[in-house]
Amino acid sequence: MANTTFKVWRGDKDSGEFQEFQTEVSDGMVVLDAVHQIQAESANDLAVRWNCKAGKCGSCSAEINGMPKLMCMTRLSDFDLEEPVTIEPMRAFPPVKDLVADVSYNYRVKQNIKPFKPRQPDNEDGSWNMAQKDVERVQEFRKCIECFLCQDVCHVLRDHHKHDEFIGPRYFVYNAALEMHPLDQEDRVPDLKKSNGIGYCNITKCCTKVCPENITITDNAIIPLKERVVDRYYDPIKMVLHKIMGPKKKSD
Amino acid sequence: MAEIETIEHDVLIIGAGGAGLRAAIEASAQGVSVGLVCKSLLGKAHTVMAEGGMAAALANVDERDSWKTHFADTMRGGYYLNNWRMAQLHAQQAPDRVRELEAWGAVFDRTAAGKIMQRNFGGHAHPRLAHVGDRTGLEMIRTLQDHGIHQGIDVHMECTMSSLLKDGDRVCGALAYTRELGKFKLFKAKAIVLATGGIGRAYKITSNSWEYTGDGQTLAYRSGADLIDMEFVQFHPTGMVWPPSVRGILVTEGVRGEGGVLKNKNDERFMFGDIPENYQSSTADNPEEGWRYVTKTDRQARRPPELLTRDHVARCILREVREGRGSPHGGAFLDIAWIKEKIPNAEAHIKKKLPSMYHQFKELAGIDITKEPMEVGPTTHYVMGGIRVDGETQMSTVPGLYAAGECAAGLHGANRLGGNSLSDLVVFGKLAGEHAAKFAKENGEASIDPDQVSTAQAAALGPLDSGRAQVDGGAYQIQYELQELMQDKVGIVRKEEEILSAIDEIEVLKGRAQTVRAPGNRQYNPGWHTALDLQNLLVVSEAVARAAVIRKESRGAHTRDDFPEKEDAFGNVNTVLRQGADGQMEAIQETIPELPDELQEIIDERR
Ligand SMILES: Cc1cc2nc3c(=O)[nH]c(=O)nc-3n(C[C@H](O)[C@H](O)[C@H](O)COP(=O)(O)OP(=O)(O)OC[C@H]3O[C@@H](n4cnc5c(N)ncnc54)[C@H](O)[C@@H]3O)c2cc1C
Ligand code: SF4
Ligand code: SF4
Ligand code: FES
Repeated sequence: MANTTFKVWRGDKDSGEFQEFQTEVSDGMVVLDAVHQIQAESANDLAVRWNCKAGKCGSCSAEINGMPKLMCMTRLSDFDLEEPVTIEPMRAFPPVKDLVADVSYNYRVKQNIKPFKPRQPDNEDGSWNMAQKDVERVQEFRKCIECFLCQDVCHVLRDHHKHDEFIGPRYFVYNAALEMHPLDQEDRVPDLKKSNGIGYCNITKCCTKVCPENITITDNAIIPLKERVVDRYYDPIKMVLHKIMGPKKKSD
Repeated sequence: MAEIETIEHDVLIIGAGGAGLRAAIEASAQGVSVGLVCKSLLGKAHTVMAEGGMAAALANVDERDSWKTHFADTMRGGYYLNNWRMAQLHAQQAPDRVRELEAWGAVFDRTAAGKIMQRNFGGHAHPRLAHVGDRTGLEMIRTLQDHGIHQGIDVHMECTMSSLLKDGDRVCGALAYTRELGKFKLFKAKAIVLATGGIGRAYKITSNSWEYTGDGQTLAYRSGADLIDMEFVQFHPTGMVWPPSVRGILVTEGVRGEGGVLKNKNDERFMFGDIPENYQSSTADNPEEGWRYVTKTDRQARRPPELLTRDHVARCILREVREGRGSPHGGAFLDIAWIKEKIPNAEAHIKKKLPSMYHQFKELAGIDITKEPMEVGPTTHYVMGGIRVDGETQMSTVPGLYAAGECAAGLHGANRLGGNSLSDLVVFGKLAGEHAAKFAKENGEASIDPDQVSTAQAAALGPLDSGRAQVDGGAYQIQYELQELMQDKVGIVRKEEEILSAIDEIEVLKGRAQTVRAPGNRQYNPGWHTALDLQNLLVVSEAVARAAVIRKESRGAHTRDDFPEKEDAFGNVNTVLRQGADGQMEAIQETIPELPDELQEIIDERR
């Protein structure tokens, strides 16, 4: 069992710097364990978010050696422990303290997306009939644990700071889950184009690469949504049909 | 108190897991103003971690199921110490609560006929758990969250309640601090619902997160409410045991529901060797019958012994380990990979039905569960005891103070059946929200006493007092010691002398906790938060220990080495804990009201 050096970003919204800590790494440890050990041994006030320690709640997102990851699912044996391991908060969001970032933007974005609006129930007891194969697509999106790692890597937010005009990959996944829900009757296509800024996404797929739930964000959520926008606004035949038939067209 | 931000709501809900969210939605639907407060970010509460499913007699998979059978199963699983009215309401209303989630956007797994799919779980006579793979809790919390944010509820995230305030007998508000800046917020309310979850952090090996420090139970207790049945702490039979850093993380019962079997190091399915008498007629006596049950290919088949109640399975694993037949790291083997002998595409099937278990073992233990067995052992999981509530209204013994979800007690008796918590949250969350709103409408403003506020503020700031001496490890160290203590002396198997010595040691830890210093300032300071949470953990630990001493028998989740059998004398009593006039904790026993005939008949017909 060797002592390993960790460089942990410490600071608040005004300033900060990396601070070095040494702690012993044992069998099977994940990054979050090391952070907890450091917290207990030498920095009681080291700020960090976590809940489940099993990759289920999406609280412990951070950048580890520059890679956006869940601290609780990243094993230290994946790193060369001769070198220091750096841990810093997600950088696409304003810092709060140490490893905690201000993710409130995400909650504001969600608030503005039109909620689920189901069709009339199929059965008298208020239930619906849906085939497993028809819900599977939506179930993929609903695996999202809201870790915001995809938001963190997306260059539209991270580098271009389009927070006011762009909702980010997580919320395209959210939109897709609603739009492709077999029961939903709402129309979110105009918002996707305008206030959600889907046009800013140039399909770099960085978001898909970091998703700890392995959601195929770009191919399964963003591209089909982009297609709906294109169909609605740029395909003359469909535009006319849309005017005649009404707003909602479930393509399946 | 001039500088404190004051916020007013008719109903204040503390906790934003399944129970708190459902209560908030209901209270809001009743037309009162609602505030919802949680320690973490919204959507991160413990409910998100629930895996296996939510029990409700929808009868989609087996039409023989009914609320009556669900009721009887819950009572039997709870060794008849349950609040029978709650068990009845729960069984009757759970199906509607599941369908309501669907109406709010939840997407459960489906049957071939397109209905909500249901799976087998321990102690349930029929496949009863509505589920989404093994991430049912995520589906529930996200559905309630995404629906709830459009119901005009004021949400205060990362805000911890440290004290309740009273006006005479009734509650009138609460003091909280924000995690980010450590600022106080004063909440004024006509009614309050506690939905703060459990106490699992009192133990070293646990499936619970840092949030589970018994805050709701302690807030209620300190304001004069009764707690009941705190001796009943559920140790889930299957937590991860290796590597050490993941010890305690849950392995869902869904693994056994899908056909997973338990074996010792000699490759024996040891569960067949010890089937309790009252379950013999409903349990398979050979592996083939068990498999036919799991695959629903034979309606007469009885369930495999791996699906016996959690208390029993946990004790059997412990016995194998103690008698030298355990797995290399002190657990038992849980094997789902074996089903490849039975079905084609077993690998894909396992990944589809148990995706997060697959992921969890792959990432954290380097084990592929489609190929190798898992190593598992008991982990602290759930507390059946908690705040005593009225079965109809969910009001505690303090007027205006309600409780729902894991922090409330009654539904589960001496042992909870898997899947009965998620349904508990929505059934009783709704009832608590409804009755709290009613109370708020019927009772006028209460007034806040500034002295109570300043006392509460001073208590919360105590650990930051620079006059206190700094000790190594701080509050974390005391918490570790408490966890070791509870694990060793008030754990799965208990003994009088050990529990008594634990009570003495808790007293010493309390002293240390009262003077512990948290370095740093008020800004997002986990050392400070831990010092405050610790005070609550000590209260609930004491409650568990005191209740455990006076139940001199073994029943459900409470096992006494010195009293290994069930005793009739304790068969119809609840343990009640409350703060005595001298400030000390009192533990007494109270007789449970007799079951009405029609409920007794339901049970008798199904024995
Ligand atoms: C790993 C795991 C798997 C499980 N699987 C299942 C399953 O398959 N089926 C099943 O039925 N049950 C399951 N359970 C049990 C079930 O998940 C919990 O009992 C249930 O989710 C508790 O819900 P709750 O609403 O009572 O509390 P929680 O969801 O825990 O929410 C508590 C809330 O209270 C807040 N809070 C706490 N203290 C304070 C305070 N002082 N101030 C402000 N806010 C506070 C927290 O921030 C949180 O928002 C599982 C539990 C675990 C740990
Ligand atoms: S694919 Fe689009 S949303 Fe995803 S990271 Fe790239 S630009 Fe952002
Ligand atoms: S889509 Fe994936 S990366 Fe993005 S928030 Fe959800 S789980 Fe995280
Ligand atoms: S702590 Fe929940 S995802 Fe890491």
